[in-house]
Amino acid sequence: MLKPWLGRAAVLALPALPTLLAMLTTAVLFILFLLIQGQPAWQAGPLVFEGAFGSMFAWENTLMRAAPLMLTALCVALPARAGLIIIGGEGALVLGGLAAAVTPLWLPALPAWPMLIAMGVAAMLAGGLWIGLSGWLRQKRGVNETIGSLLLSYIALAIFRHLVEGPLRDPNSLNKPSTPPLDSGYQIGVISDSFYVHWGLVAGVVTCVLAWVLVRYSVVGFSLRIVGGNPRTPRMLGLPVDRLVLLTCVLGGAAAGLAGMYEVSAVQGSANTALISGYGTAGILVAFAARHNPLGIIVCAILLGGLEASGGLLQRRLGLPDATTLILQGILFINLLAWEALTRRTLDWRLWLRGHWIAAPSSRAGSTEVSHG
Amino acid sequence: MSHINRRNFIKAAGLLGAAAALPFNPLRAAQKEITVGFLYVGARDDFGYNQSHAEAAALVKKMPGVTVVEQENVPETVAVQRAMEAMIRQDGASLIFPTSFGYFDPHVLKVAQRFSDTRFAHCGGLWEKGKHPMNVGSFFGYIDEGQYLNGVVAGHMSKSAKLGFVAAKPIPQVLRNINAFTLGARSVNPDITTSVIFTGDWSMPVKEAEATNSLIDSGCDVITCHVDGPKVLVETAEKRGVMTCGYHASQAQLAPEGYLTGAEWNWVTPYQEHVKAALNGEPMINFLRGGLKEGFVKTSPYGPAVSAEAKKDADAVKAKMLSGDYVIFGGPLKNNRGEVVIADGTDYQQTAVELERMDYLVEGVRGQL
Repeated sequence: MLKPWLGRAAVLALPALPTLLAMLTTAVLFILFLLIQGQPAWQAGPLVFEGAFGSMFAWENTLMRAAPLMLTALCVALPARAGLIIIGGEGALVLGGLAAAVTPLWLPALPAWPMLIAMGVAAMLAGGLWIGLSGWLRQKRGVNETIGSLLLSYIALAIFRHLVEGPLRDPNSLNKPSTPPLDSGYQIGVISDSFYVHWGLVAGVVTCVLAWVLVRYSVVGFSLRIVGGNPRTPRMLGLPVDRLVLLTCVLGGAAAGLAGMYEVSAVQGSANTALISGYGTAGILVAFAARHNPLGIIVCAILLGGLEASGGLLQRRLGLPDATTLILQGILFINLLAWEALTRRTLDWRLWLRGHWIAAPSSRAGSTEVSHG
Repeated sequence: MSHINRRNFIKAAGLLGAAAALPFNPLRAAQKEITVGFLYVGARDDFGYNQSHAEAAALVKKMPGVTVVEQENVPETVAVQRAMEAMIRQDGASLIFPTSFGYFDPHVLKVAQRFSDTRFAHCGGLWEKGKHPMNVGSFFGYIDEGQYLNGVVAGHMSKSAKLGFVAAKPIPQVLRNINAFTLGARSVNPDITTSVIFTGDWSMPVKEAEATNSLIDSGCDVITCHVDGPKVLVETAEKRGVMTCGYHASQAQLAPEGYLTGAEWNWVTPYQEHVKAALNGEPMINFLRGGLKEGFVKTSPYGPAVSAEAKKDADAVKAKMLSGDYVIFGGPLKNNRGEVVIADGTDYQQTAVELERMDYLVEGVRGQL
């Protein structure tokens, strides 16, 4: 029969199976969709690849778009560990961006590093507070966190618009209302000229890895698994459920806030309504695609960044409207949710694999007999 | 003889060939080919700002030697920087039209620094000498002339003497349009008022529809706007039997009955100048402005509802604007709180920088900043 290491690989790959199947069916459905529309489907496929990963520039393009998505996806994935579905990352991002943009105005002049750290802390506090509020409302007031975070996000956007276009507006920003521009010393540049991606990518990857260590190897992470699995068991065990839920919300919000800080200091140079560009919403897609696994988020954010990067090439080469990319993303999301149902089965299959394939690698025939016994 | 003949023939043929080749060579060299990239912040068919650009891009496409690549729905984030770079690297574009106002700072400036051989012709009029790179240019049009004419027609057609204006944000460009529209209407009937509702952002279809409905409910019978896509607004007004004046592009087909006229962009004028300069290797045109006279803006043909008197009056003002001696913003002019904003005897030409910093609503506008 098959080698045991193959079995182990299969066990490791099993959690990714629903995602892989979702991607496969997405590709088939997308090609069908283009064919029905009378579009050159066979050209579109290679173009998606070329635009996303076909050259060094394509990679830069993809990674730059992926950077904020990693952080906003954590805003969904961390609370999801505790069983919450938070979809208000957009609000945390813009408030974080605003906090970062005004920090240098309110603090005395500092060297670049301390100031950037202060900006990052301010952004994370603002984002953490906002999503923390959703968690608090759920635990203490019984407000559904999905609806609560969505509505709070709308409030955050309204506050952001009001402040940027009112009290915090730079009087010199005439037709594009913005906060005063950041001093060039407080702006974050790119990693290098030959790898033209800003440092937000490094921040995204590092934060995802830290989040993975937290949920996988820490006591908090273990407790979270219990809290997320069943609402009563942790209380019987005496776990501080409220505090754990709040912690995930605050950390998730802080990640989204940090994304806002990078948008301000590495891209926009000030806070203005260009910050409201759907990174928070795209983060939801990334988190679900990654099944709330922080390492999976890195991969899925790059995948979605690639889809967005390639959308431009589809438009320019084939004259397809921008909605094509949107439809591709929509098909992908629906498929991810549909294949999600397979996740429980994969648990059974994993047990079966463990029993049949790996348990008794010494003898071929023995393995089946042992497990049946 | 036959030898000489043959030689002569060959010589003649050679000369003919050379003659044929010679005049064509410089001609071919002049007939350079370039790829031009267009970026839009919204959908190309939004019946508004982005459509006004896409319509002009379609005309650029017909120019000899020009290949056009287009990308729509490009947000004012790192996405637009990357899209411009992709046009340069993947499509070989040497002239780029980033058409959204918000693309300029920091996005166009950042990319232009890295690609100094590429021309960036931004729409919005923000370029300043000494401050911005020389391969960047900025053009814009005085569309308040069109809004003034909208106002003249609306002033004639309104029965309630109440006009409605749905505006995105209280920024100078928008205020200038609201004020020009109101001044145009009040030049016909000084009792007319314009009610303004700000929606808060450039593309908010639901709020725009709500604003239109509440303006109509409060008695306004001609509606116009300054938002990115007037589609929803014009359709809503038409459904309720209220007249509209268009903006950005023509919305006539959305409101066959109530559409009076409209202030439209005519971007093909600056586009062609930039493309010609690039084709002929002339220096980058850094600063380009114009109104009706220069062909940067135009007006929609009058709708069926417009009276002969309104047409006559509007055409007379338009003729003056075309000859270049019509002043929209002249003193004495008061804001809607009764303070004098332009002193008696001061006439601002369209090029005046004071108009670019406008921060008031003129007398007759109901609304607050």
